[in-house]
Amino acid sequence: MDHLTQLENQSIYIFREAYHYFKNLAMPWSMGKDSNVLIWLARKAFVGKVPFPLLHIDTSFEFPEMYQFREWAQKFHNLELIVRKNDDALAAGINYKNNDPLTVTHELKTVALQRAITEFKWDALITGIRRDEDSTRAKERYFSPRNAEFEWDYKDQPPEFWNQFTSSVGDGGHVRVQPLLDWTELDIWLYIKRENIPVPRLYFARDGKRFRSLGCWPITHPVASNAATVDDIIEELRHTKTSERAGRAQDHAERNAMQKLRAKGFM
Amino acid sequence: MSAPTSAVLETIPAIYEASPLVPAVFPRDQERETSRSGAVHSTTGGATTSTTAAAAVEPPRFHLVVVGHVDHGKSTFVGRLLADTDSLPDGKLAQVQRACAAENMDFEYAFLLDALLEEQEQNITIDTTRIHFATPRRDYAIIDAPGHREFLKNMVTGAASASAALLLIDAREGIQDQTRRHAFLLSLLGVKQLAVLVNKMDLADYSEKRFYDIVAEYTAFLATLGLTPEHFIPITARHGGNITRRETEKMPWWTGPTVVEALDSFKDETLPDDQPLRLPLQDVYRWDDRRVFAGRLESGKIAVGDKITFSPGNKTATVAGIERWTLCREEVQGCADIEATAGDSIGITLGEQIFVERGAVAHHADTPPYVAQTLNARIFWLGKDPLLSQRTYKLRLATQETTCTITQIKRVIDAATLDSVTTSTAAAGALNAAAGTTARQLQVGRHEVADIELRAAKPLAFDSGEHAAPLGRFVILDNRQIAGGGVILVDKTEAARLRADLHPTTGKIDKRHREARNGHPGAVVWLTGLSGSGKSTIAAELERQLFNQGRQVYWLDGDNLRLGLSHDLGFSEKDRAENIRRAGELARHFADAGTILILSLISPSNASRNAVRERVEHGRFIEVFINAPLNVCAERDPKGLYAKAIAGEIKDFTGISAPYEKPDKAELELRTDLLSVDECVAKILEQIAGIQYDSTDWVI
Repeated sequence: MDHLTQLENQSIYIFREAYHYFKNLAMPWSMGKDSNVLIWLARKAFVGKVPFPLLHIDTSFEFPEMYQFREWAQKFHNLELIVRKNDDALAAGINYKNNDPLTVTHELKTVALQRAITEFKWDALITGIRRDEDSTRAKERYFSPRNAEFEWDYKDQPPEFWNQFTSSVGDGGHVRVQPLLDWTELDIWLYIKRENIPVPRLYFARDGKRFRSLGCWPITHPVASNAATVDDIIEELRHTKTSERAGRAQDHAERNAMQKLRAKGFM
Repeated sequence: MSAPTSAVLETIPAIYEASPLVPAVFPRDQERETSRSGAVHSTTGGATTSTTAAAAVEPPRFHLVVVGHVDHGKSTFVGRLLADTDSLPDGKLAQVQRACAAENMDFEYAFLLDALLEEQEQNITIDTTRIHFATPRRDYAIIDAPGHREFLKNMVTGAASASAALLLIDAREGIQDQTRRHAFLLSLLGVKQLAVLVNKMDLADYSEKRFYDIVAEYTAFLATLGLTPEHFIPITARHGGNITRRETEKMPWWTGPTVVEALDSFKDETLPDDQPLRLPLQDVYRWDDRRVFAGRLESGKIAVGDKITFSPGNKTATVAGIERWTLCREEVQGCADIEATAGDSIGITLGEQIFVERGAVAHHADTPPYVAQTLNARIFWLGKDPLLSQRTYKLRLATQETTCTITQIKRVIDAATLDSVTTSTAAAGALNAAAGTTARQLQVGRHEVADIELRAAKPLAFDSGEHAAPLGRFVILDNRQIAGGGVILVDKTEAARLRADLHPTTGKIDKRHREARNGHPGAVVWLTGLSGSGKSTIAAELERQLFNQGRQVYWLDGDNLRLGLSHDLGFSEKDRAENIRRAGELARHFADAGTILILSLISPSNASRNAVRERVEHGRFIEVFINAPLNVCAERDPKGLYAKAIAGEIKDFTGISAPYEKPDKAELELRTDLLSVDECVAKILEQIAGIQYDSTDWVI
């Protein structure tokens, strides 16, 4: 069995376990490449249907094309979509002009996510994080508990082996289910190609630059690249040694920025 | 590519403003466009037959775990391996070297891995970290498992998914506690390929004799675990000796492989498709008129047209189709699957309408798994609290889940020495035994290994745990967390006995048929609560209303049960549990016969009620907590029992002299001091109406 098929089989297994164990699931959707692969895998797991809602945490700073993609993909995949914003923070003038990226990310993403979880009482969230994205994510589990304060106790994680997972937390906590944990950025693109998965145009080069990772436009920078097709991107990734999230300003705002964000509930 | 940047933009660059194009791109459309324009890429023109490197099918990634005693050099080794195979991100080495210089520390290769702040402070790897590297032969994912005793559960997490293990031993210190403990766990986890790296040879004068002494001693130890390492290699992780580069100058006597050569000689992980079919069901999906049985083939093969049997339960059916959703189905021929092999996550449809649910294991009739309720196993324990004999735990075996009681702890083994019962917790247990409590009062402490016998609340389908058979192992949960793993031991006598074991017999008429005939589902309505809380009053009215609706319904009261079926039982905790078990079995048969059975029983223990819940089909067990404050119940006292209990005339009276555990899973809680009988009954009827069932008209 080739390694993409092996990854696919494991992700499908995880989706099905999650759907069995949790009564009230949701899947955050950034519209980026990873979360589009997640939708695809969900449809494979559930023979065509995505049987839980998707959640878009709208910072109001998405690229216009991403809003267009959201509308298109919702129809294409027949998704139940929930959109939430931290209106209070936006009204209070939290934005990238006035505040540092860590504050804005926390307020507009993490706080909005926490409110949505409180509102819908989800007991599990399916996320698209991968171990190779960042060293803190490398330590994750497929089923990773968060307490009622959304904190991740990365120093004392439950064991996970033989495909048996932590299936409940209790006390108002929830579980992050992470079917893409073992995938790499290259795997994602190889799979997008193999499966013909639709992705946003922003990943492909315009004027000698492309986005490798997509986030809020004020702090997301394109990298120099002529990759105009999925094949080009795959070729580029086979040779690059620049990290994927190099263009994401919030990660580099200070030392251990990701660790601080994630300990507070960021994905 | 540009370096990391933290600049903040104030406006969106013009080229990223809203686009008139369709906002989504399909990779295959791109291929067609580029092949038409002839630019950028040299695909061969066909839509699905691209010959670019990108389209090449890649082999699975090889998972590797690195274990060994604390400070024997695991992180240094992995850091060195990454650096020497040129697998680090640009600038990472320089960055860590700069950071060390800034803090006046000597650079160490281990720092490359210690990405988290705490790790740098403690100099201990906290958790399994997956790191990718490549040799010309293949891609690897290393799990840098920690060696500190405290973090064993992380090592288990990592090692369980590895195809091979590298075990490091410090040449000066030789074989230590964790060198043995880790090997023991590797053998239980089923890691088949192992290389032993004798590290820090520079600190042992590059001594050939020292190396071969360790080889001899450790080979003998591993043999007792049934492990045979493929390689022993002398290395110096700090200096990179014999990792990618052969250390000919200092160790000219070494003619064996380098670490990278040894890695490349490991066999690719093969999936057990030559073993008997095992397809444990994960779920059944009914989004449309199809009923799709979802699961992953743990071993073997399955094909459309196969006759398969589901165990436990022994139901048979024919595979009508294999479902693997894909959008390409309409476009590309050959997308419909007719067979699947080990490792495939699939859905199947069946030719016959049979009722099976999650946990059932599909197999071919001539290669069945064992089915039994009593298992012998060797377990390793990671729980914070010790595993106790006679206690009830949750057990998961593939997708089967049940409660189980540890009936016997036969032997506790010190994983570091392989001696029996020498550890402190086991000694404490032995002390209890000596003090006159029942024998077998052993317990299994954290990080200990033991041979146990357990009894599951319902029959389990399983295989012998040899050769890491997927159905030969299980986990035990304690307080919601996975606290231990077990490998099932089946010796020859046991195997013969199991084969002769009783098997459930089923007739031609199934619960579905009865339900369709009756026009309603069978169910168990379990009313639990204190004496005087109102169980019987509600049960009688509920039965009357259901009867008037034309339902098959029967009410069985706890007292009636005690007058007949359970007349031999008293009110001790053990007898109460047996009484509930009998009531539960009876209830299950009623529900299976398509009847709505109302049971009114005090049933004070969660463990007993939950055991019944497991025996009844999922969704058909309605636990109703009939709740009234104790003083209200005592005031009502319809049978005059509270008065007697308070006077001490009745012993073990629930609520007075015996505990009542509030249900932790009840579907309904009814406060009878606040609600009328009719209101209570209406709420229960609502629950019953919510049960899904299949009303298809059946002809047998």
